[in-house]
Parts: sequence; structure tokens; C-alpha cells
Amino acid sequence: MSAYNFAYLDEQTKRMIRRAILKGLAIPGYQVPFASREMPMPYGWGTGGVQVSAATLTPEDTLKVIDQGADDTTNAVSLRKFFERTAGVPTTEETTKATVIQTRHRIPEVELGEDQILVYQVPIPEPLRFLEPRETETRKMHSLEEYGLMHVKLYEDISQHGAIATSYAYPVKVAGRYVMDPSPIPKFDNPKMEMAAIQLFGAGREQRIYAVPPYTQVVSLDFDDYPFEPTKADHPCDLCGAEDSYLDEVIMDDAGTRMFVCSDADYCRSRRDTGHTVTAIGGTV
Amino acid sequence: MNTATRSVFDGGFQDPPKDAARAFRAAMRAMARPGDLNTLTGATPPAPLSQAAAILLLTLCDPDTGVYLAGPCDCEAVRGWLRFHTGAPFVGPAQADFAVGAWDDLLPIDRFRIGTPEYPDRSTTLIVEMPLLDAQGAVLRGPGIKDRATLSLPDVRAMQDNSVLYPLGLDFFLTCADRVAALPRSTQITEV
Repeated sequence: MSAYNFAYLDEQTKRMIRRAILKGLAIPGYQVPFASREMPMPYGWGTGGVQVSAATLTPEDTLKVIDQGADDTTNAVSLRKFFERTAGVPTTEETTKATVIQTRHRIPEVELGEDQILVYQVPIPEPLRFLEPRETETRKMHSLEEYGLMHVKLYEDISQHGAIATSYAYPVKVAGRYVMDPSPIPKFDNPKMEMAAIQLFGAGREQRIYAVPPYTQVVSLDFDDYPFEPTKADHPCDLCGAEDSYLDEVIMDDAGTRMFVCSDADYCRSRRDTGHTVTAIGGTV
Repeated sequence: MNTATRSVFDGGFQDPPKDAARAFRAAMRAMARPGDLNTLTGATPPAPLSQAAAILLLTLCDPDTGVYLAGPCDCEAVRGWLRFHTGAPFVGPAQADFAVGAWDDLLPIDRFRIGTPEYPDRSTTLIVEMPLLDAQGAVLRGPGIKDRATLSLPDVRAMQDNSVLYPLGLDFFLTCADRVAALPRSTQITEV
């Protein structure tokens, strides 16, 4: 612990990240470039989120880290240990006890409060990147608020599949101005983004930070005749019976048996702890 | 602290990594919730800098950021103190990343950078020293505000003009003693 500066990063790096976070909050949805550092973990393992968390954590915080909703996967366990060792902050798996939550690809099911901060790990921050590979062009498109291409993409979804088939990283418009990639969260989570907590997004490899302040308008792009629909597997959780949570499909054997369980592990456990169960736990064929 | 015996070395953070982390949390809460009053303590700057303004500078400034000192803030005591504690270069208004001073000393505010259409983040953050700061006055609406907030502003008209530039524009921290509130460019302002 004493071999590291508080929260790993040196102070000048933290100041640079903090300045980027403040500008990000002042211009919701706009991607602020920052000088991303080499972190002691590979790109793709949350280096952007880790840097944002490191610049945000205070000694009084309680940290929770989730990976696809779960607290006990390799990525989540490693990052939690990293901050236990370098920042000395307590960690928790309980959403309601955490003040800073770093997440990979999910928003917790429990509604977050004003004293909480949600830090997203972002792989590709540019929502237009797969439509236009040149950074100079996408930057110009954002400056001119030229988002027609994104609607063409959603339209092509409809013409090919009969519905908007984009199911994760579903583009949103923030505060009526910037189109933003919400990171690869399922579109089920998009409506939750208008929340009381501060949302910070860090993309380490792509060197971008962006933010959504509390109570900011976040609109999922759609058409009048094909409105946005948050979707989930049409099934209750096979462990806690929840009908309102996002589900993971788990393959049980090689005969096609599968079960659906809450992706938010803490939500599922807390429900089971308070008596919600399913009488016969078993798969569905 | 006795002004006669204090040196530029006095009055900074006691434990910079942790003090700066706590200060940044307050600054971030302020910027994320326009109009919300937060407290910044833990440093004793030379006059005329307020505690809140000084802590913002300690937390956010370093050799990478140009600082413009306006009016009476531009004195040898403040320069020496900031030079030692932050290493930030002192620059003119057109180059400044941060500018600090009373409202009248910062005028005209069109001297400061408002960013470019491609990079609206490349704009100056103004730290405005206020004679008083409380949650009364102009009505604020926009990102970070649940329904509406109220805040005493130095000049409602100038700040309305600034928000019209969105997504370009200046961002403001308003400071008074140990209190800070923020007014980002995204906030819509109506006079009562």
C-alpha cells in the first residue's frame, strides 16, 4: 500500500483526468480526449474505467466492481483487488452500500442514488465509428450535429430484420445535443440512464472520457413508427423469480437445456435472501 | 496564520493525494449539479484568494495549465504561492485554462477561449470570487438539475449569453470563502 500513491496514479495524471471529467460533465455526451496511461492490466480489461475510478476515489468511498452484472468474475475480482491494494478503500458487492461503482456493460437493477457514482468501462467510445472510420470526419459530424448516418443504420436494421436489431451499445442522444455510445450495455438498460447518480465513461485505449450528469435527458434514437423498445429474455429468473431484471441465458448441458438467471448477481442474491425463490430450480428445454 | 511570518511554502494541502481527491469530489459534485453548494477546506491561501478558489487551483492546476490572475488576485503573494504549490504558468486571458478573480476584474469575458466546434472542451474555466454566494437568485434548469435550482449569479445576462453558445462556452466555478457552486455552459438561466 505505501509503495503506491493513493489510488495508484500519480497526482499530475489524476489532475489531467479530473480536468477532463469536469469538461465532460459541462458538455454532456461529448468525448473529451485525455492522455490515457499504461495501466498494469491489458487494454480491454477496463483501463479507461480504472483511470476514471482512480481519479475519482476518495479514502471515504466504498467501491463495487461489476462485470456484466456479476461481482465474482475475473475482471471484477481483479479490479476490486487492485483498488483494495492501491487505494486502501473498502469494497462491497452490495449495490446500495457502494459509493463508486465501476461497471463493465451493465447498469445495476436497483435504482442508484444521488451520492453514488457509476463509472463505465468503454471499448469504443465513438458511436459513429463503425459507420465512419476517420476520426477527423466523426469529430466534424459531432460538431455539425450531423447524425443522419446513425438513423440510416437503424433504418437498415428495420429493412433487413423488420425491427431495430441493435440490442446493445444502442445509441442515445444526450441533453438534446450529442449522440453518445452508452458502452455495450444491453438496450434494456438505456432507460435507466436518466438517473440521480453521476455517470462517468472511460475509454483507455481510445483515450476518451465522457459523462452524463444526474437527471440529464438521455433519449434512445428511434423512429415514430418503430419506437425504441428495451428488451430482455421473455422469462422469469430461474433462481429468484424476478420478472423485471435483465437475464443471462446459461447452457446447462449438450442437449439444449438452458436456464435464465439475473445478470445482476447482487440483485438476484438480495432477492433470494429476502425469501424470493423458485420452487423447482431447473432448466428449460 | 500570521501574514508577517508566512512563506509561500505554507498553507497548501497537508496530504495532497487524499486532500485533492476529496476536493475534486466536491468540485465534481458542484459541476455535475449546477447550483449545488459544496464546501472546500484544507488549505490556507494568501489574501485575496478565497479558500475555495485556492483549493480548486491546487486540485486542478499544474505545469500543463495556464492560469490567469485577474485584478487584485494578481499579486506577488498569490503568484509565489501558486508557483510553489502548483507550478502552473501565468498567462494572459486568451491562453488561460483557468482564470480567477472577482467578476468585475474578469470582464470582458469574451477575452477567454470558448473552445472550437470540434473541441468544445478547449475552453477556459472561470473561478469567480463572489462577495456572497447562496442558493437564491436566478433560476437554473438543465443537465444535473432535477427540476430547478436557484443561485446568486454575478451577471445573469452575461451567463445567459454564454449558455447560448452551447456546446461552446465558458464554465464557471463561483467561490465565496470555503463554498463553491458551479455553472457549466449547459445550464439554462432565467431571471426571477
